[in-house]
Amino acid sequence: MSRSDGMTNVLWLQGASCGGCTMSILESGASGWFDELRQFGINLLWHPSVSEETGEEAVEVLQSVLDGEVPLDLLLLEGSVARGPNDSGRFNMLAGTGRSVYRWMLDLAPRADYVVAVGSCAAYGGVPAAGINPTDAVGLQFEGAESGGALGAGFRSRLGLPVINVAGCAPHPGWMMETILALTAKDLSATDLDGYGRPKFIANHLAHHGCSRNEFYEFKASAETMSERGCLMEHLGCKATQAVGDCNQRSWNGGGSCTKGGYACIACTSPGFEGAQNFLETAKLAGIPVGLPTDMPKAWFVALAALSKSATPRRVRLNATADHVVVPPGRPTGKRTP
Amino acid sequence: MTRITIGPFNRVEGDLEVRLDVEGGRVARAEVTAPLYRGFEQILEGRPPLDALALAPRICGICSVSQSVAAAAALRHAMAIDAAPNGLLATNIAHAAENAADHLTHFYIFFMPDFAREAYAAHPWHEATRERFAATRGSAARDALPARARLLETMGIIAGKWPHSLAFQPGGTTRAIDLGERVRLFSIAAAFRSFLERIVFADTLDNVLAISTAEELDRWRDGRGGDFAHFLRLADALSLSELGKGPGLLMSYGAYHGADGELFPRGLFGPRAMIEPLPLARITEDVSHAWMRDSSADPAHSTTVPDPDKASAYSWCKAPRLSGQPIEVGAIARQTVAGQPLINDLVGAGGTNVRTRVIARLVELARVALAMEQWTRALKLSEPFCNPSQAMPDGAYVGLVEAARGSLGHWMAVRDGKIERYQIIAPTTWNFSPRDSFDIGGPLEQALVGTDVGDAGPRAVAIQHIVRSFDPCMVCTAH
Repeated sequence: MSRSDGMTNVLWLQGASCGGCTMSILESGASGWFDELRQFGINLLWHPSVSEETGEEAVEVLQSVLDGEVPLDLLLLEGSVARGPNDSGRFNMLAGTGRSVYRWMLDLAPRADYVVAVGSCAAYGGVPAAGINPTDAVGLQFEGAESGGALGAGFRSRLGLPVINVAGCAPHPGWMMETILALTAKDLSATDLDGYGRPKFIANHLAHHGCSRNEFYEFKASAETMSERGCLMEHLGCKATQAVGDCNQRSWNGGGSCTKGGYACIACTSPGFEGAQNFLETAKLAGIPVGLPTDMPKAWFVALAALSKSATPRRVRLNATADHVVVPPGRPTGKRTP
Repeated sequence: MTRITIGPFNRVEGDLEVRLDVEGGRVARAEVTAPLYRGFEQILEGRPPLDALALAPRICGICSVSQSVAAAAALRHAMAIDAAPNGLLATNIAHAAENAADHLTHFYIFFMPDFAREAYAAHPWHEATRERFAATRGSAARDALPARARLLETMGIIAGKWPHSLAFQPGGTTRAIDLGERVRLFSIAAAFRSFLERIVFADTLDNVLAISTAEELDRWRDGRGGDFAHFLRLADALSLSELGKGPGLLMSYGAYHGADGELFPRGLFGPRAMIEPLPLARITEDVSHAWMRDSSADPAHSTTVPDPDKASAYSWCKAPRLSGQPIEVGAIARQTVAGQPLINDLVGAGGTNVRTRVIARLVELARVALAMEQWTRALKLSEPFCNPSQAMPDGAYVGLVEAARGSLGHWMAVRDGKIERYQIIAPTTWNFSPRDSFDIGGPLEQALVGTDVGDAGPRAVAIQHIVRSFDPCMVCTAH
């Protein structure tokens, strides 16, 4: 359903959010995010961090969508839906409206062609749902890994899709923009989503793919304390072999990633990642990490790990526990170049 | 008397509701509400202390490094270790990049667009201001957002990514920087300086920082291009120095720690308009008007338990006080306490107000840009960036830092290897505090009183300027 003016109307709201997804997407676009949106004919109806309209003016925008006066192509929510206390949503009121964000989302979601959960909070509940989950925080269509959430398992937006979950904490700006632009082009269908509602172009990869510590992983040459160069999986909590995302195939902030930054992947694209404890320590059973790659027989993994450990070159072994390269890649031993 | 409610109050980080009692066109009383509670302090209780490094930064997407650094400082206190000097320097560089990005985001994306509003259409300066600063449409964002993104590439080198990094540890940072990366950090800092000198100031940073009095600033502004001078002309045209006067007391926990102390020192700009030592033990939190159960007033001993039906309450934000007084924090407090000559001159003459808050942020940008280059130069590339963590004995610990928006404290009690209590007082908790049990309002509540809203009621632009001049971070406020 294209608009008569050819523009795509996008409404972005924030729930129980830290605002980090917005901070991330503001890095998008060579001439800035607003220019990028314009280039693709996207009309940002309202965004809490960037729009001029405030107070009454903002409520008028929301009301016009609710009343069906303004068609809504994409509805995006950043942040969890705080349902508490007692399903009242009062832990997260939309200021000036006397109504909770929970209520607003229940009313607005059926108006939208597509509904997008921006970040792991809106997708699955995320960090606000950790521990005792003080605010009864859930995702739009998931409560952790369980289908349901604020809108319910059966919810479909006007064009028949479930909520599209751009998981991540915070997601890469590209993940958000590519999803928005694919939807703007009506180029993303239900079959392009995985079982947790994540676009497959992100979720068909593991965070491990392309990790710069790959050689250390191959030999199970492991870092033992923070800032060392070795693989982070054996001791320092890294879940990149289990967590989806093309994290290490993109550059974050011009060239980084979590594992490049020297710390573990904490699986922030996974439902329930916030429930873990000791994020920077590998949980082990009888000395073997509990969280091994999911699609490989454990015995094979252990056997291969033992084999590769015994075959580890000195260079790799020594560099793994140093914070800078102590043994550079060398010439073949026993030969001198002329 | 009429009561008006303003919300959703956007172009702040998070959401905000302001209620004003208006009498004869002027604000007689203001109530400020933080409408979001997530419960981070409850979430952290019972967890291993190091989990704070993963969870606390996620309080806030705009100042996540500040939250990380505060948590790391509290843990370092608990471990009784020193951070590796390189780790402190790398932390300072990344933290400065975040704080500078926040100041830019505030100026260009949050604050300036209000001058492009139709309400000012009759003013001779409006057309040029609208072209430059209109929300999402003005030309300034095309300059500022790419400059911000480039500056945040600092994080790709030091912190892996932004927001939400685990690079900031009690013992330092998790990634040793090599020579090529040091050069890349210089290159980012140079690009940032160039942006400031070409676009923001239209002058060198050295010249900007040589301005030491209000008169010199006026002379410097005349005939000058750049967005800072643009703001200064608007500020005079609209008498922004008369708007949003703060209650007077200012504090800083001290910012950017190094081997020789802090770049911006710790202190209190006290009732005698002098810089005094900061009596940290006199920080309390009052919950008389917060939807919270009574607890200890001392953040080292208090807990956070919501009480959503409390009749006297109107905010999820507790009311922090220093020696019983509300305190204004932020760049203006930091630069006043640091003795920055221009800010001291302006605050000495007119206290804190909309104009001076914005000037302080931009002056701080210039100072921080220069400091980033010095810290990058000071890295000793062959030495460690991170000292090992140690066990944490039972006890009460604290981490105090300066975020872009002001003083941020984490109070953590450890027992049997777990977090027993965790209390956070964020910058906007101070600035946008509700009333206390003596019915004394927070800094914003006081700053709004007396504001002329005329017939515009909830659409009065003056209210927008005052609220946003504090650069509130509402997601941090109640957390």
